[in-house]
Order: sequence, then structure tokens, then C-alpha cells
Amino acid sequence: MTTVAIVGAGVAGIEAASVLAAHGVKVKLFEKEASVLGNLRSKAFLFPNFQASDQIVDSLTAKLLVDGIETITAMEIVDIKHTSDGWHLSDNKNHDYLADAVLVSTGYKVFDAARKEELGYGIYKGVITSLDMEAMIKADKLVNAVNATPRKIAFLQCVGSRDEKVGNHYCSKVCCVTAVKQAIEVKKRLPQCEVTIFYMDLRMWGQGFEEMYRTAQEQYKINFVRGRISEAAATFDGRIQLKSEDTLLGLPLKMTTDLLVLMVGMEPSEGTVNLGKKCSICGDYGFIQSTNPHLSDNTTAIDGLFVAGTAKRPMTVQDCVNDGRSAALAILSRIDTTGNLGAE
Amino acid sequence: MKDFGFAIEKPRALDLDKADRNLYVRLLKREPSFARCFQCGMCSATCSARNFTDYNIRRIHTLMRQGQTQELDAMLQKCMLCGKCTLVCPRGVNLRHLIIQMRKLLNNE
Ligand code: SF4
Ligand code: SF4
Ligand code: SF4
Repeated sequence: MTTVAIVGAGVAGIEAASVLAAHGVKVKLFEKEASVLGNLRSKAFLFPNFQASDQIVDSLTAKLLVDGIETITAMEIVDIKHTSDGWHLSDNKNHDYLADAVLVSTGYKVFDAARKEELGYGIYKGVITSLDMEAMIKADKLVNAVNATPRKIAFLQCVGSRDEKVGNHYCSKVCCVTAVKQAIEVKKRLPQCEVTIFYMDLRMWGQGFEEMYRTAQEQYKINFVRGRISEAAATFDGRIQLKSEDTLLGLPLKMTTDLLVLMVGMEPSEGTVNLGKKCSICGDYGFIQSTNPHLSDNTTAIDGLFVAGTAKRPMTVQDCVNDGRSAALAILSRIDTTGNLGAE
Repeated sequence: MKDFGFAIEKPRALDLDKADRNLYVRLLKREPSFARCFQCGMCSATCSARNFTDYNIRRIHTLMRQGQTQELDAMLQKCMLCGKCTLVCPRGVNLRHLIIQMRKLLNNE
């Protein structure tokens, strides 16, 4: 019986495990954290339909309760090597697992906002990240730096993305729509709060996204200002003063806000960077490189080593579900009638 | 004063803390479609007044939104109310009606 090891029990990893198991493949699913789906659990609601992410977490975790999937949590795979008997996966404590093929779905981490020192994250309490905002929405408790109800909130797009200074030229793909989603969530709870989104481009590329933007303007009166924030500093009363330019007017701008929310981008997780390097399948920015973005987006330069999800590039939850399935099919199509990974 | 050959311009910065968006909010009540404007500039591109003068209806929208209303009434005098802008707007903003309402509001009507 063929055994496939999957490294990383996020959305893509779990979806792939479920499809593989349904086709009679034995799956070993490794997760370095104590529980699966860490990133998804941190979300309150998902765009574009505002579905509770806990519902998706429940559906995905239910898929793991079938025969054929062994989920091994708190197990960080740090090395993958190929020998004559197959793929060996190992952690730092001399555990060794054997598999016929490996799917790397080690995912992303968010950009560390403290690296953009001029924006004051980690220095002023009124500057938070989109992750902090998501947690407040999930807890249904929105507060400013002094634990009072915020009257003004500003969102800033592209923090850690599209930025030469931090070495990330790429767009993180999900933060535009996330800012609009969070702004709407804020207005649902605090209709009196003035919400401003500072953007360079609003990349509302997915189904329903542009409509969300329209709703944000029309129904929730969210103010959109085209311009990036150059610096933020605290006022004596714990509010945040920021500088920007309204680039549509060509005028410099300043404003004071209770909260400044930094829309942090996606970077490859440490696990992604590490395995990418160890297996020589590393692409730009430490993401893992697939063979071809059009036709074989789940294979890598190494036969038997597959890739899925945000280990490759920024993706939405929807993308990850699809990519996990597609990776499972790529693996299944490499298994021959004897149940082995035959010669390519 | 001695002429040094250059002048310091009066500061033109937007202070959003001092901006009065009251007029904008009232305008939205009279012409709700204005909230949908995404500042594409199709209206100003097609506008005859824009082609021959520095009149810019798209810029007027942005100024209105940010509560910068001081010079808007004078600017709006250049509009001929021809309605070409209304025909092209991709977000369905009723610009002609918007301009009429802006003029009225700016004159306390
Ligand atoms: S999705 Fe939007 S906010 Fe995120 S990096 Fe791209 S342009 Fe910037
Ligand atoms: S054409 Fe419509 S959407 Fe575009 S700038 Fe003019 S009013 Fe706004
Ligand atoms: S109605 Fe006014 S703003 Fe619109 S196209 Fe005609 S002159 Fe320009």
C-alpha cells in the first residue's frame, strides 16, 4: 500500500489527506503545532460570504477522522531525504518516518510588522496588525489603546508586501479584501466609528470582492484614501497620528486615529523556507517552486516531492482547498497499478 | 521685503482631523449614488469643461469627500450641466443631479 507523508496540517494539507485517503492511500499527516489549522483558527469570518471560519475548521477536521489518515501533531519535520527504500522524514529528536511520496504543505507566516519601524508596531499600543484586529472581531470586543471603544480606525494596506525595503516585491493577494472585510465587521459592531482605508490599489480580484468594496462604500460609508502611510506616532492621549498623501488630490495629509491596523502580508513559514532549501525546491522569497504554474503546479523539480497551498505563494482559503485536491490528484496519477510510485 | 527670487507657498495639507465632512454626509442623503464613486476619472475625461479649463469634476468629488469645501462653489460654476459625465460613469453615479445638489448645499439651500 502506498504511503504519502504530508508535512503541514493546514487547509491544503488536510484537503489533500482526505482525497488521498478516499482513494485508498495511507496518509501520515504531520503538524508541528499541537493542533491542526492554526492559521485558519485565528480568523473570525471568511470573505467573501462572511462565513464563520470555525465552521470550515470543523468540516476540515472532521475529514481527518477516517481510516487511513494518521495525524501526528507537535511533530516538526526538519529534514526530508530520499534513499533507495523511499522518502525519510525526520524531526530533531531522531524520529524517522518512511513514505513513498511527500507533499509539502508547510504554509505561510504573516509579515512581522515591527520590521516597519516607522509605523510604530510594538512601540505604540494603538498600532495593531490585521491579526490583532481579527482576534478582536472574533472575541466581539473592539477596543483602542486605553480599552475604550474606538471612534476612529484607519487601515493600511500592503504592510510587508510590495516593498523593496523589506525585500518583498510581491502582492500578498488577500489583504485588500481582508481590510474591506474587517472594515465592514467594525461598522457592523460600531456604526458610529469612522473607518478609513489607505490603499495603493484595491485588488478586488475574486468573485464577490468588488461587490464587497461597493457595499463598504455604499452601505457602510467607509472612506477610501489612495495613499500609503509614511509614518505613525502616538499622541499624548494614546491615539495615533499618521502622515500620508492623498495621491488623488496630490496633497499631503495627516490624521489622528484611535487604532491603526496594519494589513500584514504573507511570507513563507520557517518550515517552508527550511524544507525548500534542504530539498532544493526553493523559489523566490523562500516560497517553494512548483514545476510549472500553469500545467504542473503541484509537482517540484524533485520526483516524488509535491507541493500545495501557501508554501508556494499567497493564497486564499478557497485556493488552498482546491490546491490540496489538485495535489492529491497529482500524487494519485503518479501511483501505478501495483500501488507503487513507478518510474516517471 | 527683499525679493529673493522665490516664494514660499502657503501650506496646503489635508488635516483630516479638522475636515468637516458634514456637507458630504448631507450630500449623500440627497444623492446616495455618490457613495459608490471609485474615483476612476471617466467623468472628468469626458467633460468638455475639463478639456478646456482646469475644472475637474473627479477632483471635486475627492475634495468633497475629504471635507475640503472652501473653493468648490467657485469651481462648480464652470459646469455646464450637460450631463455627459452621468452617461459614462461606470458606478452609476447620477453626476448631474449630484452637481446641482452640491451647488445648492454650498449655498445653504
Ligand atoms: S492584496 Fe492589496 S494590500 Fe495586499 S499586498 Fe496586494 S495590493 Fe497590497
Ligand atoms: S465616473 Fe463615476 S466613478 Fe468615475 S470618478 Fe466619476 S463619479 Fe466617480
Ligand atoms: S455636466 Fe458638468 S461635469 Fe458633467 S460633463 Fe457636463 S460640464 Fe462636465
